[in-house]
This record gives sequence, C-alpha cells and structure tokens, in this order.
Amino acid sequence: MAHRIEIGLKRGIKDARGRAVAARARRFLRLNVGTCRTRDVYKLDAALSPDELELARKAFTDPVTSRSAVGRLAPPVFDWMVEVGFKPGVTDNVGATARVVARDALDRPLQPDEAVYTSIQYFFHGGKLSRGDVDHIAGDLLANPLIQTINIFSYGEWAKSSVDETVPAIREKTDIRVGTYDLGGGDEDLMRISREGILSLSVEEMRAIRDFFASDEARRARTALGLPENPTDVELECIAQTGSEHCKHKIFAALVHYVDEETGREEWIDSLFKTCIRDATAKIGKEIDWLVSVFSDNAGVIRFNERYNLVYKVETHNSPSALDPYGGAITGIVGVNRDPMGTGMGGELLANVWGYCLGSPFYDGNLPEGLMHPRRIRDGVHQGVIDGGNQSGIPWTRGFERFDERYIGKPLVYCGTVGLLPRLVTGRPSERKEIMPGDVIVMCGGRIGKDGIHGATFSSEELRGESPAQAVQIGDPITQRNMYEFLIEARDLGLYRALTDNGAGGLSSSVGEMSRESGGADIDLAKAPLKYEGLQPWEIFLSEAQERMSLAVQPEKLETFLALAARREVEAAALGTFTASGALTVRYGERVVAHLDLKFLHEGCPRMTIEAHWKPPRIAPPKMPRKGSRSRTLLKLLASLNVCSKEFKSRQYDGEVKGLSVVKPFVGVYSDVPSDATVMMVKHGCREGIVLAEGINPFYSDIDTYDMMASVIDEAVRRVVSAGGRLDRIAGLDNFCWPDPVLSEKTPDGPYKMAQLVRANKALYDVTTAYRVPAISGKDSMKNDSVRGGRKISIPPTVLFSAIGKIDDIGRAVTMYYKKPGDLIYVIGVTNNETGGSEFFRMLARDEGNPMSCGGRAPSLDIPSALALYRAMNAATEREILHSSHTPTLGGLSAAFALSAIGGDLGADIDLALVGCEGNLSDDEKLFSESNSRFVVTCDPKNAPLLEEIFRGLCAVRVGMVTEERRVRVAGAGGRELINVEIDALRRAFKGTLYGV
Amino acid sequence: MASNVSVLIITGYGLNCEAESSAAWEMAGARAERVHFSDLVGRPARLGDYAALMFIGGFSYGDHMTSGHVFALRVRRRLGAELEKFIKAGKLILGVCNGFQIMVKLGLLPGLDGEYFTQKLSIMQNDCGTFQNRWAPLRFEPSSPCVFTKGLGHFSLPVRHGEGKVFTPDRKLLERMEALGCVPCRYADPSTGEATREFPWNPNGALNAIAGLCDPTGRVFGLMPHPESYLYPENHPQWELQKIRGELPKEGSGLLLFRNAVEHLRKY
Repeated sequence: MAHRIEIGLKRGIKDARGRAVAARARRFLRLNVGTCRTRDVYKLDAALSPDELELARKAFTDPVTSRSAVGRLAPPVFDWMVEVGFKPGVTDNVGATARVVARDALDRPLQPDEAVYTSIQYFFHGGKLSRGDVDHIAGDLLANPLIQTINIFSYGEWAKSSVDETVPAIREKTDIRVGTYDLGGGDEDLMRISREGILSLSVEEMRAIRDFFASDEARRARTALGLPENPTDVELECIAQTGSEHCKHKIFAALVHYVDEETGREEWIDSLFKTCIRDATAKIGKEIDWLVSVFSDNAGVIRFNERYNLVYKVETHNSPSALDPYGGAITGIVGVNRDPMGTGMGGELLANVWGYCLGSPFYDGNLPEGLMHPRRIRDGVHQGVIDGGNQSGIPWTRGFERFDERYIGKPLVYCGTVGLLPRLVTGRPSERKEIMPGDVIVMCGGRIGKDGIHGATFSSEELRGESPAQAVQIGDPITQRNMYEFLIEARDLGLYRALTDNGAGGLSSSVGEMSRESGGADIDLAKAPLKYEGLQPWEIFLSEAQERMSLAVQPEKLETFLALAARREVEAAALGTFTASGALTVRYGERVVAHLDLKFLHEGCPRMTIEAHWKPPRIAPPKMPRKGSRSRTLLKLLASLNVCSKEFKSRQYDGEVKGLSVVKPFVGVYSDVPSDATVMMVKHGCREGIVLAEGINPFYSDIDTYDMMASVIDEAVRRVVSAGGRLDRIAGLDNFCWPDPVLSEKTPDGPYKMAQLVRANKALYDVTTAYRVPAISGKDSMKNDSVRGGRKISIPPTVLFSAIGKIDDIGRAVTMYYKKPGDLIYVIGVTNNETGGSEFFRMLARDEGNPMSCGGRAPSLDIPSALALYRAMNAATEREILHSSHTPTLGGLSAAFALSAIGGDLGADIDLALVGCEGNLSDDEKLFSESNSRFVVTCDPKNAPLLEEIFRGLCAVRVGMVTEERRVRVAGAGGRELINVEIDALRRAFKGTLYGV
Repeated sequence: MASNVSVLIITGYGLNCEAESSAAWEMAGARAERVHFSDLVGRPARLGDYAALMFIGGFSYGDHMTSGHVFALRVRRRLGAELEKFIKAGKLILGVCNGFQIMVKLGLLPGLDGEYFTQKLSIMQNDCGTFQNRWAPLRFEPSSPCVFTKGLGHFSLPVRHGEGKVFTPDRKLLERMEALGCVPCRYADPSTGEATREFPWNPNGALNAIAGLCDPTGRVFGLMPHPESYLYPENHPQWELQKIRGELPKEGSGLLLFRNAVEHLRKY
C-alpha cells in the first residue's frame, strides 16, 4: 500500500491549468463546462514512518500557493472528478523527480523498488455535464487511454469511495525464458510466425533466415555454444529489427522495374538510394571540399569553418505519434537530438526544427473508429515537441504545418536537430568512429523497460486497430540533458572511443551496428540496468526505452568514465566487450542466448524487386472565377489553413535559448510573419552564421512528384538565398514519407505510387547535382497508410527537403518584411502559368466541392536561370542593398506582397502588368501562380541603379513602391484595380484562423 | 583582458543557459567559471572563491513539482550555510528565469529583514496557461537600490517561460517590497512605457507587472526575462530596422546589467 499526498492551490488562487481545461472543453468539445480546478497526487510506494511522510509532504508543497494533505485533501465543491494516472510501465517523469525530493527530504536512500507515482485530479463544477460528457472530456481531452488510467467519480461516488492508494507498479516475477522458433514449416507457417511476432518479415526473408540456420556451419557454431538448432527469440527478433524497413530501407534498396507509359521508356534501377541520392552526393563531393561525412553515421557532417563542423539530421516519428501524440512527438524530438549527439565523437546540440502534416483541426467529417481527432493529435504533438525542446535547452529555429485530409490516417511528425562538432576532439578529427577489440560496451542514460518494444518493426507496418500499446514511449528530456552534459564532458576528457544512440531496435541495433567497426561483440544482458524486473532477454535487447547511448570505452578509461557518471547522477553500466570474432554473441548471465553472424545479420536478407508504372494522372482544373476584384480572394487565401499564421502554437516553443538567434522564425515590426529562413550564430563571439530553411509541398505530388521534388529543393535553396545565405555552401536533408508503394492486395495502385517515388528521386538527382546542393543525410518512412474502420487512408507522397546554409556575417542577413516607405519593390524571376496544385486552385476546387480538381501545370524548374538569379541575389546581399527579400511560395505573388506588408506594417502600390512572365498570363495567373525561383525584394531608390546592374540580363522588374499608407494596392491589366485592402484586414485574416487553436 | 572579478555559474540537472551566461559575464569583463552542482556540493566552501554567483535559466528537474522548487530544496539543504555567508559578505547573486524561480523558492528573494531562506513569495503558471517566448518591453525603476539595473531606462528582453507570474496572497508583503524598492524591473506597455498587467505585454499576469526583484540591499537580484540572450545587437527582433534607421546599438542591451554588476564589484 502506498502513501497518498494530495496537493492543491489555496482557495481563491487562480488555477491556470484548470481554466485551460475548461476553456478547451467548451471550445473544442462544445460542452457546457462551468469551472475546473486541479490537484496533483503523489503516491509514495515506500516504507515511511509518519514523521518521514510528513517531511515528504512538506517538501512536495509550495508553502505560499498550495496546501496539501496525506490521504485526502478537502476538495473544492464539485459535481464530477476525473483522476488521470499512468498505466504500469509508462514513464512517469514527475514521479521520478518526486523520488529525488523524497530521498533528499528523508536524507536516506530509498530501495530500488521504492518509487513515487503521480496522477492529476480534475474537479468540475457548474455548467451542465452528463457522465457521457465527462467521459468525453476524460478520453478526448485529458488522457490517452492507451497509456493512462482514467477514474471518473460523481461527487456522491467519490464521497463513498475509499482512498485510492494503489500504484501502477510492475511486479511481475516471471522466470527468464528463452523461446525458440521452429522454422521447419511451410510458407504459411513462416508468415504466421512473422505476423504474430510483429516481425514484419516477408516470406522471402523468412526463408533466407530458415536456410541460414539450417546450414552446417551455423549448426556447428551453435552446438559449440550450447544453442538450440532453431533460432532463439533473441536471434529472430534481432534479425527482424535489423532487417526492418525502418532500419534497412528495403524499398530504397530494392531493384525497381520502372515503366514510363508516357514516353514508352522502360528501365531497371538498382536501388533508388544508391543511384539517385548517394551517387548524386558523391558526384557533388568531387566538386566541393566541405563534405566531411555523409550517409555513414547517425547524421551528415559538413565543414562550417576552421574550427567547427556542422551535423544535421531530421527524422520522422509518425506511427508513435498516431498512437500517443504527446509521447510520440516528445520522443521524436528528444530522440533525434541523440543523432547529432551520437555522430562522430559526439556533437553539441545547437538547434531544433519541427514540422507536422496533419488533418484539419476543424475537421468535422466522420473519423474511422480508433483514429484520434486531428485537433487532438495536433495539440499533443505540439506539446510533446514544446516540452522536449524547451526542457532540453535547445532553441527551435524552423517549424511548419501542412494540412490535408489525407493525413488524418497518419500524421507526419518531422523533428530535426543541428549539432556542432569541433573539428578536433582530443587532438584528432572528430568525425572518427573507431572501435578496437577489447573495448568495453557501456550503456548510459536511462534504464530499460518494456517501452517501445517493436517500434522499428511496427513503424514498418500500416496502422491497424491492434497496433501495440508498448510501441508508445514517453521521453524524459531531463535525464537526457544530464546524460548529454556528462557525455560532452567525457568526450573532452577522452574517456571513450566511440558512441552511438539507442533508437529503433535499442541495444540490438546500436551494439549490432557498432560491432561492425571492431568485427564482433560479446554482451551480457543480465548486466543491463532495468526499470523493473520481469523483462525477458529479447525484450532487454530490443527495448526502445529512451535516453540511452551505447559507447565503446577503452578498458583503461572505464573506471574514470563510470566514476564521473556516478558523480553526475547518470546511469552507466558495462555490458560486455567488442571483439573481432565476426559474430554478435549475446548472453544472459552464463547462458548464451544468441549468436549471430554479422555478415548474415547485415547483408543476409534478400532484396526486393518492385514494379513501378508511370502514367500521368488526368486531373481537371477548377472553374476560374469571373473577372473582378481579388481583395476577398486574397483575404481568404491568407486565412486558409496552409497559409495562415501558426504563431499561436509557435510562441510556446523556446527559440532564444543559447542567445545566438539572429533572424527568428517570426519577423516584422510586430514579429508576426514567418521568416523565409532563420539565421543564427553557432558560438558566442563568432559572426559567421547558419541559415536554415525547408521546402515541402505534398500538393504538387498529385500532379507529378518530379515537379514536387524539384520544387521543394528549389524552395529550400531559395529561402536560404533570400535570407543572405551563400549559394555555394548549402547542404540538404531528404525526408521521404510515402504511402506503401508495393503492389499487394491492399495496395493495387502500388506500381503508380512506386513510380511516383522513382520520379521524385530522379528529380532529386537532377536538381541537387545541378545546384551542387548535396543531400548529406535523410530518412524514409514508407508505410503511411491507415486501414482502420474498413477505410484505407493513404498520405499524399510527401518530401521534406531541409537546407542548411552559411552566411559569412550575420549582420548582413535580410528578412522578408518591408522596411521603409518609398523603397522600390522588385519582382525577381519569371512567373509562368503554373497554378496546378496551387493554393489558389485548391481553394477554388474546395469551394466547388471537388477538392481534388486542382489540376494544371505544377511549378517546374529552369535550373540555369535559377542559378544565375541566386548568384545575383548573393551579390546583392553582399553589397547590403536589399532592405527586404521574400520568396513567394503558397499563394504566389499575392501572398508574398501581402505578407511583406503585414510584416512591415506598411503598404504597397503594385502594378502587376510589369511582372516578368513567360507568355501572356492573366491577372489571376500572375497573382496566384506558384512558379519557383522568384523573389520580391525592396531597396532604397538610391540603390536601384546598383541593383539593376547586378541583375542585368536577368528577370528583375520594378513593379511598385512601399507606401506610408497602410494598404496593399495591386493594379492588373489595363490599370484595373485588382486588390485594395488595408493592412489591418490582411493581418486579421492571416492571424485569425489558428489563433487560440 | 585579465579580470580579478570571478563569477560562479552553477550548472546541472536541467539548467541550460550556461554558455550565454558565461559569455555575458566575460564580455562584461569578469571571469566566469561553470561548476556542476554535484561538484559544488562536494566542496561548498568553494563559494568563497567568487565575487558573484549566478543561478542560470533552464528547466531544473523539468519544472516538475513547479519550477525551481526541487533545485531550491537541494540548494537550501546542501549550500544554505555557505550561501548565507556569501550574502553577508556583500557579494552579488543574480538569477535569471529558472534561476530567479529557484531564488524565490529558496527565499533569497525578496530577502526582507535579512531572512533569506524561507519562501515568502511564489512564481506560478502564466495566466495564459502556456509557455511563452516573446520579447517583452521592460521598464527599469530608477528608484530601486538594485545594483544590476542602475541607469537602464527602457528596453526589451526575451521572455521564455511557462511559470513567470510573481505571486503572493499577502498584499502587505507586496507593499513593503514596493516601498523598499525591491521591484527594479517591470513589464511595460510599449506605447506608454507604463507597467501593465495586460497580455501579451505582461506575458504571465505577474502582480504589479513584476518582471524582476531584488533584496533591499540591491545585491541579490533575479528576473524572468533573459538579459544574457541579448548580448549582440543582432539578437534584437527588429535589428534590421534599427540598422536602416542608424539606431543599431554597439552591443546588446542585456549586457548592460552585467556591466553594472562588474563595475560594482570593481569598486567595492
């Protein structure tokens, strides 16, 4: 039985947490809620004397604002009370801190199984709530039943109930068992084993595994170690996760048969990754000298200056975020932090980026059973990344949201981190990754629990009703922060030889990967620190419990390493040694439980062959509106979900910690319009900076993924250039999120989706090599489908292309808002009739009731012209003549003119007839076409000759002037007034949609 | 420049502003030394080596059980006696954001009647219910004895916190603090320059628009906004406008607080 302590605010003190709950229930669940007050509950599962319990209660309570009691604290007046706690095994971060406080207050150590568990009480009073309403609030606002417990009481029920002193402790005392799998059956048996074990292995892979274990060599080795003939659960699980789509990228590695029905051409592609991505970077690598390490480590590494290298990685965490948005997302951001941390000798964490593709938070259609409402997913995902980033002390620099109904089945949650590596660590190149036989395998950070088991294999599957709850993890940023500081300290003291993070697949993956450096490893799972007993060896090996790194420590440094860890209160344990045996040997105490040949483990699975058939889709265009004013169209466009301001949520992320920010995510007189790119310093006192931007546009994918890919790369690059970044120092990251593209019964259109993947990759090769913008790291997530409630929802093919650039002097950075009345406005770059998939067309199509009827030409790319423009832009920013520069994206020139005006709180007078375009374009096409490679810039009239000189021979046309009068005026053909709107109206439209949501 | 003013910066357990805080003191001419809390606990007497001490910003213990609460408990227990000596010796203590929260929960602020280790005030969740990161216009009160804010006038600093509402149910305490000049820094409405309780200018709803507090000696000072995040002119959200108008300062205004402190220490 545990000791219960309840803590609540004193009477009359405003409860901001409770008010927020009441407000959200009213607004989003449309319930008649009166007041809500909250309480924190701590259950101390420890042997305490009454005096000790009193010490703990006092230590837990803020004496100024709160009161508390052991057992029950007299409640506020209430009709309903909801208490939300955690299910057994779910990370309880506050509970862990409370344990530290209890230990300090008692001034004595606690037993390993003595712990503190927390829950929160919500007291509702007034309004009009039925039990069903309270159920709704509890399940859809306060808690996720997958990981949390919910107890609902009416006042009468609560008064009669006994005080709850139960705790969600895991006290299984199961025996250690190592199972074996009999692979002797036919294909059906093999597939049953794969399916039931959530192994996600294909029949070909299962056969290859069977054949390997049946070989004479394998049998001999196994007999000698006392292992059974059949693979153990540890072995099969390890093979499955190592070979999972998540880890091995089978689709990108496959042999592809590509048929282009448009041209009649047919070709065989030997791995899209190798031929389109790696080869492109290799080709660029021969022409530039700043690539340091690409595609080989946890993150890409490039040179920044004489002293530092940069490390950058972006990941997705889609499946976990679909199940538990908060836990999935916090794990996503804290998890991707460990990539730069685990790159080379260990990078310092500099900045975070995030981006989400979601269903509309205002969605009011039917949701398939078991899917969460997109608003709820959005709230949870934001809060997860907010908490993860803020608590880690890493500023966010970029963030975006895209909305489309097809993300209702599976949200896309991108999280990325930039790191900084001194070029030399302990006197040697920091990108090194070497491990010697005899080095000690050390795991440090958090403990292992059942959390996140099967994460890697699970994310390689579509989302089903029975997707496993243990795939959910909750990140613990503070444990990780402690580990991170300790590791940087240990790095600079030379206390380890190599490190990598424990992400998907846990130890099986990290130690499996590291053992390739030395040629083998011998690990004892019984030595791993556990959160609780009852874990089987295979669970210990595969657990994705967070905040852990694996290291190779020189034997002579081990003692010092462990002592420093202990002093910093960071968990660390030696689990075995790296060897040169050619195998990964896993023990549990004395007993060998797995022995895997490294060559088979990493290369033993057969490759897939995938069909890809391209046939251009026929998509009707929407009906064009009649001629007339476009003022209202512009307001509607600015208010549309994909264009509108995302500032409300963004303000909840810390973007200033470290004190290095220069161009922030939001800029302008009132800091309320998004910047094209952000600029930050990397170290105090160093005026060279990094420039970060991204391109993403899933809407063009419906027309042609080639154009989509070309456009997103161009968008990322031109954003960097717009802010003043050097064209010759931009690197990119590619993150592919696709629906399953492999032909099967459930995916009859697989060959088309695969062809879309091929075309995106071809564009990636063509554009990155031409721009000399190498992709230095990337990731793919290939099963973004949901088949709940008998309805299949697949995401549109989505690529996030993230760019990292360099600016030589941060004082020359340029932002996108108008600065001064009288400045001249130029449109740089050619406008084409490219409205297919545009924000304008999609708005028209939605209004018609046929949201997919947005066909037309998607933006294409004229590479030589784009490069010439970008070089000229670099020259213009170097001469410091641009007062503002903004690159049009969604909504084309219309949105660009408006956003620069809102940002500057200044007006603009623009003559659209002057805009440089290809052919005869209508006013609508000029206003709303989303053609690539364009900028809207302003400069002081005295600098106009110089600007025109710099852009001589290129398309750079003066179209108007910044005005004192706070009004945007655009004249069209024949001088007809197209747009005439006040800044305040533009700002209201832009900021209203998601304010408070 | 070699400096005889040395400043202790305590790190660990989720505090995270060590780099910019060190940079701030060093740019102001002091020598900053970062020491992990666990090393300090091993040898509390080390405190005596320093002329000033800074509790930096961050998320000690994840803000669990309310911000600063847990770190304050540990500091009181492990360093209380040495801290008392430190204050009595006339040395300076600065706390920013989480550091300020820690100081208030410890009782270092407002530190009336020489009582530094009993919590009198609290810092609560923002009225808006969420973390907020924005630049807040501030007014520094010329009548305060605060060593750090002498002669500062008006300027903006970034705030980034979820719990910044300075609160007490005790009106008398608040009146005494005001009378003693313990409120050197308030959130201000940029159009009037006057203190405000209106969001977003007052990001958290703090009583009397309190953004920072000092003890009656003016040597112990903490604030929610981050002066160490405005060391360079280009940190300012509208630095380009300032540049175009010829109003770009030579250095970030946040540095002025550290310069004041170092100047004070050099004199005394």
